[in-house]
Amino acid sequence: MEGHSPLEQFTIHSVVNIPIGGIHADITNSSIFMMIAVVLATLFLTLSMRGGALVPTRWQSMAELSYEFIAKMLKENVGDGGRRYFPFVFTLFMFILFCNLLGMVPFSFTVTSHIAVTFALAFVVFLGVTVIGFVRHGAHFLKLFVPSGVPIFLLPLMVVIEVLSYLTRPISLSVRLFANMMAGHTMLKVFGGFVVALGILGGWAPLAFIIALTGLEFGIAILQAYVFTILTCIYLNDAVNMHH
Amino acid sequence: MDVAAATSLGKLIGAGIAMIALGGVGVGIGNIFASYVSGALRNPAAAGKVFGNVLLGFALVEAVALYALVIAMLLLFVF
Repeated sequence: MEGHSPLEQFTIHSVVNIPIGGIHADITNSSIFMMIAVVLATLFLTLSMRGGALVPTRWQSMAELSYEFIAKMLKENVGDGGRRYFPFVFTLFMFILFCNLLGMVPFSFTVTSHIAVTFALAFVVFLGVTVIGFVRHGAHFLKLFVPSGVPIFLLPLMVVIEVLSYLTRPISLSVRLFANMMAGHTMLKVFGGFVVALGILGGWAPLAFIIALTGLEFGIAILQAYVFTILTCIYLNDAVNMHH
Repeated sequence: MDVAAATSLGKLIGAGIAMIALGGVGVGIGNIFASYVSGALRNPAAAGKVFGNVLLGFALVEAVALYALVIAMLLLFVF
């Protein structure tokens, strides 16, 4: 049996070479799957809402549910000031969801299993939230790092801790999504290899186990998209309404 | 023992030690679901409303396990 590493599924290879200046602006398998995710999400939403019946069809119901889900999330976490960020948060959620779910298709590529992709998303969120905070509240935004009800001698330490925990937000946000996707797919590959190698031993149990694991991975794909989005809403709430 | 062999040994031991973090993660996840079950048994009507928070809490604690995994992989494959 050939020795295929379980990490081979994460390699990026370019499909169309496009050198611009000195940069390889290639179309890689990663970017192809990103484009597929965007096209699928767009088709899902536009085609489902075609007709626009008052009593929705099943597809329209799903599209409306996804809209309502994110709108409710923003309203609960940010309040009315969050409505202007709905397009961004909705796009973020649908993109991560479709990228994660596309990765569950056999022989496909998981876009979000690369720290480069997830860090780009998390850094955009972090930068956006910080800029929004400063634009809205000016220098008063720095009060976010001074929690209320702290005895005066603890204050310097608390401020340092708060600033550090604020600065690690993009790292934790990106590593959470990246590690979940990468570890999940690596585990599937490794256990899949075991199931094949076991053959007849164990009967149906190894196959049942890996089917359950795949189901868990589907759940994790959806859950991680939800967690990324709700943390974005929570960080937005910190910036928009500074209730600390 | 030369430096290269000592480094390899150190990497393997370090990756193993990093897995101690998973003990805390197990306690954390058990804590979340234990309080959810206990609360749901007391107040079944409110159980559905709080389930979103349960999933969020689970994902956040799970993330700590994955940070430990990332450190272990960093130790093994990058250094």
